[in-house]
Amino acid sequence: MEEKRILIVEDSPTMRQLCAFAFRSLKNVKVVEAMDGMDGLRKISSDHFDLVLIDINMPVMDGLKLIRMIREDETLVQPPIVVITTEGSSEDRARALALGANEYLTKPIQANRVVSVARELLDKG
Amino acid sequence: MNDETESERIRGEEVLALFARGAEFTAELLQENERLRRELMHFRDEQSTVAQNPVEWEKLRVELVNRIESIEAEYVSVRERLEQVEAENSHFAERYIEIEEENNNLANLYVASYQLHTSLELDEVLGIVKEIAINLIGAATFAIYTVDDPSSELGVVAWEGDDIGRFPRFEIGVGPMGEALRREESVFPDDVEQDGGDIPLVCIPLVVQGNPIGGIAIFSLLDHKDGFSDLDRELFSLLGGHAATAIFASRLYAMSERKLNTIQGFIDLLAD
Repeated sequence: MEEKRILIVEDSPTMRQLCAFAFRSLKNVKVVEAMDGMDGLRKISSDHFDLVLIDINMPVMDGLKLIRMIREDETLVQPPIVVITTEGSSEDRARALALGANEYLTKPIQANRVVSVARELLDKG
Repeated sequence: MNDETESERIRGEEVLALFARGAEFTAELLQENERLRRELMHFRDEQSTVAQNPVEWEKLRVELVNRIESIEAEYVSVRERLEQVEAENSHFAERYIEIEEENNNLANLYVASYQLHTSLELDEVLGIVKEIAINLIGAATFAIYTVDDPSSELGVVAWEGDDIGRFPRFEIGVGPMGEALRREESVFPDDVEQDGGDIPLVCIPLVVQGNPIGGIAIFSLLDHKDGFSDLDRELFSLLGGHAATAIFASRLYAMSERKLNTIQGFIDLLAD
């Protein structure tokens, strides 16, 4: 079975660890972490990912800008994107989905919810 | 004339063929009818024979009744077993959901306690406490207090969601924070203004070996969060213990670093 690669772009070490811990229940998955939007962009540009989790409020480059840059880059194999954020309004959700996010989850998150969304998007891929 | 005769002949042959097929089909039907009639007569004869012999009739009746009862009993047993299996499945499904929720909670608690002990720098520890409050609890406006030794007041050392001036000072033994420190457990004051007044939604005491070292007061939650869950209450307990220890340890570390630097400075002077 081919290994699936997941990128977590999140400035909070607590959240990165929680998501990585949750993904331990998925078989044959490698998790890579990025500390902010710029770090995330560098990693996506240099490697292939089957799924990307992105926080919105991050230093250096925020999540919405990162999503826009990913979706506008035609040289990239476009991964599914899951937003995980404290911004819970329907406008924030609509904005992220309009930019190209596939799913929008609000914090505090349940680990099993993240896993089930990830599993669904990885299986579709 | 010859063409007309030929076509009439062909037509005549076709009609004859049709009649022949019809006759064949009728013969088949008659045969089938005869067979069914014979079967029916056979069953009637059998029934008549059994009916005429009361013993045979009774035997057949008892046999049929026993067979019916046996099938009914089997049906009841299968139905009971099915209900049992359905109840077990439902129980397993509920248990699975409970276990999954428990796993979620344990994951949150594990990550929170792990992160709290990854640093001895006070600023980093306070940053981690803030992350836990925002990302795992869903707090929007909150402040972390430590005890100011001379005055026995609690002063703000870290905050989120508003200007520092907006957060009230607390006194040990007074108000909801004082009550939380006295009880050494989280306190949820009544009559709370949900949009973040001066009365916190919850006061979480930070206590190390019975000594109050500070507290966390949450004044408002993220808009989409409806109140505190059981997991949140578990996180409050965790913060009360582990965050307290982490903050205490980081202050000790800072103090020992300063002393070490002072001693090193003296040694360097003496060496000169």
